[in-house]
Amino acid sequence: MAGVSDSQLKKMTQEERVKALGMATEQLSGRSLFIEFNADEEDRFTYPWAPEVDFNKRIEINADNMASTALNEKMRELMTEGYGSIVIKNPRGKHSLGVGILNRLNLIFEGSLGYFAVGLIDGPNVRIKGRVGWSCAENMMSGTVVIEKNAGSTFGAALRGGDLVCGGSVGSRTGIDMKGGTIIVGGDAGALTGFMMQRGRVIICGNAGKNLGDSMYDGTIYVGGEIRSLGVDAVPGEFTDLEHSWLSRKLRQFELLPEKGVDHFTKIIAGKQLWNYDNLEPTEKKLIL
Amino acid sequence: MCGIAGIIHRGKSSNVGSEMTAMLQALKHRGPDSTGFAIYGETKPGDFLMRIKVAEKEDMDKGHGILDRIKERISEVDKRLRAHDATIKESENATAYALRYVISHDGNIKEMAQHLEEIDGVEILSLGNRLELIKDLGDAAAVSEAYGLGSYEGTHAIGHARMATESDVDIRSAHPYWAFPYNDVSVVHNGQITNYWSMRREMERRGHRFTSDCDSELLAVFTAHNLAHGVSLEESLRRSVQEIDGVFTYLVATENQLGMAKDAMAAKPLVLYESDELIAMASEEVAIRAILPQEIDTHDPYDEEVRVWQA
Repeated sequence: MAGVSDSQLKKMTQEERVKALGMATEQLSGRSLFIEFNADEEDRFTYPWAPEVDFNKRIEINADNMASTALNEKMRELMTEGYGSIVIKNPRGKHSLGVGILNRLNLIFEGSLGYFAVGLIDGPNVRIKGRVGWSCAENMMSGTVVIEKNAGSTFGAALRGGDLVCGGSVGSRTGIDMKGGTIIVGGDAGALTGFMMQRGRVIICGNAGKNLGDSMYDGTIYVGGEIRSLGVDAVPGEFTDLEHSWLSRKLRQFELLPEKGVDHFTKIIAGKQLWNYDNLEPTEKKLIL
Repeated sequence: MCGIAGIIHRGKSSNVGSEMTAMLQALKHRGPDSTGFAIYGETKPGDFLMRIKVAEKEDMDKGHGILDRIKERISEVDKRLRAHDATIKESENATAYALRYVISHDGNIKEMAQHLEEIDGVEILSLGNRLELIKDLGDAAAVSEAYGLGSYEGTHAIGHARMATESDVDIRSAHPYWAFPYNDVSVVHNGQITNYWSMRREMERRGHRFTSDCDSELLAVFTAHNLAHGVSLEESLRRSVQEIDGVFTYLVATENQLGMAKDAMAAKPLVLYESDELIAMASEEVAIRAILPQEIDTHDPYDEEVRVWQA
């Protein structure tokens, strides 16, 4: 990164940028993208190649007869032209819509989406006036996604940041492997919610299915209703005043705060008794086992 | 991966052939190898509908003298039907290797079916008072056109778009499966059954027959076994969730019911839409949208969930 300015990056091809950003050896070494952030450099908080958009510039697209790829390409084209508010009409459950958006954007889907909706996003505010299928907002980095109806399984899988909100109920394995951010569910959640989660928060206003928080490394799950069963190493935790106020504020923000407040919520955390929390070498572990 | 779909109209018939074609075509990307339909139409009381195949589709390309052998097989089928005192009321070729019979018969269905299947190359796809089971290689639109399903009226139907993973790309391994020899029971499945062989051996010890090595057939045989012993469809579905290992979502249709079951991990998808008029379900919402384009409320059934609907 040293010595490469944003203006230079903007002029580069994708391949040149990959090399300049230190990703060239990623496959060989297994290390991930390494960028040293400098708070003084505002541009560092956006992608150099992300388009500048104007929220007042608004457009509607009828997706009725468009394939997912064509629609995603059209949205990209519009963002490059500076459109900051895009409304998609008649998405009709199509898959992989709105993926890979790395800039600020107001995106509204007037209908339901299929699998992998708005995955790999970093920044947009998305409202889906319908339902979503499996793996909505997978690997989301930042922004806000609000779904007005139900969601399928693996909701917010590997979430890294931002707020992901479902007004209805979600399927199983919500927040699996999540590494940050907040998932809020207005209704019930299926089995294995928070499975192997590493960081972040999951809030379920309704009931939670079996094996809640199974093998979670860290992070917190809050449940307003009944818990069918806890997973391996998931244990109840104690509420702090700060958490109490954060939970109320967060739910109020999305108009999901129950009338009776959040006093009845249960907090679930990792017991940290699994093998990955000890310091034993594999050979030593074998001796013990 | 595979895609499954089901639709049931409450108390009325509809063009379920065309509806199921649209749903399965929308799921083509989940399984392009073969497509199958189980459609429940109306028949005259006492009539039986029988769908059989007398060769595999691939035999038509490579088999020398296959047309003569098909002719012999059909002749033998007719002869054996008459030997069982069945009256052939209608008989038509859907394709060169698949036939549809309307017969009247009041004898032992199982014995007759077993006798017919002893003919080399002959397999009964379905036999019942309402069920018509059609399956072939290709996508939904191609199979529907070849078998003229666009105009099929009925109360309910299930269907399957298959991606072959554990057995061959042939009609024998295509879904739906008829729950031999139980009238009007069919099954479609998306998933993998991990205790298939132990369960199959148990079922074979109890006298059930398997026509393929496809794990999905076990669900049909398991259902047939339970229904034959007076177990309700709902209870059979519940037992399957407890006794069958693996990841699966499957649909079962009977003369007047449609049921679904999901495994303990909820690892295979199903999206459900329910209204006062109809219930539609599919592996993906796009299939439901193919027949209900307006904005609707849908949801995913949870792990170990079992549901049964009445036509």
